[in-house]
Amino acid sequence: MAGTAVRGRLSWQLGTVVELVDETPNARSIVLDLPDWTGHRPGQHVDVRLTADDGYRAQRSYSIASAPEDDHLVLTVERLPDGEVSPYLAGELVPGDMLELRGPIGGYFVWDAGTGGPVQMFAGGSGVVPFRAMLRHHAAVASTVPVRLLYSARRLGDVIYRDELTPSDEVDVRFTLTREWPDDWSGFRGRLDRALVEEVAWPVEDRPLVYICGPTGFVEAAAEAMVQLGHDPGRVKTERFGPSGG
Amino acid sequence: MSFVSRGFHGRPRREDVDPARIPPGQYVTADFPVLSAGPTPHTPLDRWTFQIDGEVDEPLSWSWSELQALPAETITVDIHCVTKWSKLGTSWRGVSIDTLLDGVDTTAEYVTATSDGGYTTNLPLEDVTGGKAWVAFEYGGEPLEPEHGGPARLLVPHLYFWKSAKWVRRLTLQLEDEPGFWESYGYHNYGDPWREQRYAGD
Repeated sequence: MAGTAVRGRLSWQLGTVVELVDETPNARSIVLDLPDWTGHRPGQHVDVRLTADDGYRAQRSYSIASAPEDDHLVLTVERLPDGEVSPYLAGELVPGDMLELRGPIGGYFVWDAGTGGPVQMFAGGSGVVPFRAMLRHHAAVASTVPVRLLYSARRLGDVIYRDELTPSDEVDVRFTLTREWPDDWSGFRGRLDRALVEEVAWPVEDRPLVYICGPTGFVEAAAEAMVQLGHDPGRVKTERFGPSGG
Repeated sequence: MSFVSRGFHGRPRREDVDPARIPPGQYVTADFPVLSAGPTPHTPLDRWTFQIDGEVDEPLSWSWSELQALPAETITVDIHCVTKWSKLGTSWRGVSIDTLLDGVDTTAEYVTATSDGGYTTNLPLEDVTGGKAWVAFEYGGEPLEPEHGGPARLLVPHLYFWKSAKWVRRLTLQLEDEPGFWESYGYHNYGDPWREQRYAGD
C-alpha cells in the first residue's frame, strides 16, 4: 500500500519556463525545465505557488500534460475569467521566467501501461490535460492497451491538443461540441448524455477502466451514465473541478 | 524562500475577509466546489443506516428516522479543502459524534469513517469528540445534496475537508491508526490546514 511507503517531504522546487504554446485562445501550455524533478505517473498533478513582492502567495493545482518519457514537464493552464493564478500562468509568464512548484501529487487518477485496460476516458474542456499525459505515455511505450476517449468541448476552437489527438489502431478519439460546430462537422453535437455514452463507450462486458475528468456537471453526467449502464462504480475514477478553480 | 514570481501581484487583498481566518496557501471562494474520487452514490433513505462498530461492546446502528430523532445542532464554521479553497461561515445541521458515542465504552484511539462507494478516511478519536465533529445532513438550511455528500456526511471542520467524508455510513473505532483512501495516496495522515499538512511529510 502506498500509505506504508516511506515518503520524503514534497519540496518546493524552481523551474525555468523554456517555451509557451498557445493551445487555444484560452489555454496555454507551459514547458518547464525542472532540474530537481524525479518523475511522475500519467494523471498526476503539481501544486504551483506564486509569490508577490509583498510576500503574498497563491497556490493552485494543475494536471501534468506531459508523459514521464517526455524531455520536459508540461502544464496546460486554462485562463479563467475571474482567476487569480491562471491569468498569470496563461498570460503574464514569458520564457526565461522561473516558476515554483511541488509534486508529483496524487496516485489515484493515474494510468500507465501496467495498469491495463481497456480504458475509457471522458474529458470535459480542460479536463483533457491528464489524458494527454496518459496518451503520450501510451504512445511512448507503444502500449497495445485499447483506449477510447470522448472529448467534450464548447466549440472546435476550444479543443486543446487538436493536432495531437488523432486516432490510431489502439486509440479511438471522438469529439462532441456543445455550443457551436462547423457546418461540415462529422463529430457529435451537444452535451454528453446517456445515449452518447452508450454509443461511444466500451460495453459493460469489456469491464473497462473508466477515467472521467472535467467540470462537475460533466463528470456527474458521465459517471451517472456509466453506472446506470451497468459499469462497476468501483472502476470509475473521477477528477472534478468546480467553477472557481482559480 | 525569497523567490518572487516576476509580474505577479495577486488579487487586491480583500478587505472583507479577516486574514486570520485563512490558513496558509488557501483562498476564499463563494462557490462550493465538488471533489470526489468516483460516482455519486444514491442510497434511498429507507435503506440508509449509520453504524458505529469496531472496539465497542455492541455495534450501534441508527436508521435515518432514528438519527433524525436525536438532538441536532446548528454549526456555523469555516471549511478548508486541500485543493486550496476555503469557504467561510458555512452553516450545517447535524448530530454531534459525542451524542452518538454517549455511553459507549471504548479503548480505541482512532476512528475510520467509511462511506457508500467504499471511501475511507482515518482520524484520531479525540478529533471527532469534544464538540469537534458531526454527522451533518443539512447545508444552508436545506437537505444536503448528493454531490456534497448527502444524505449525510461527516463534518470535521478543523481538518482539511477530505476528512469530512461524504456519504458516511460507518465509524469504526480502532486501537491502531490505519490510513484511509487519500491518506494511502500520499496525502497527509492528519491534515491540519493551519500547519498546511497537505501531503505526507508536510
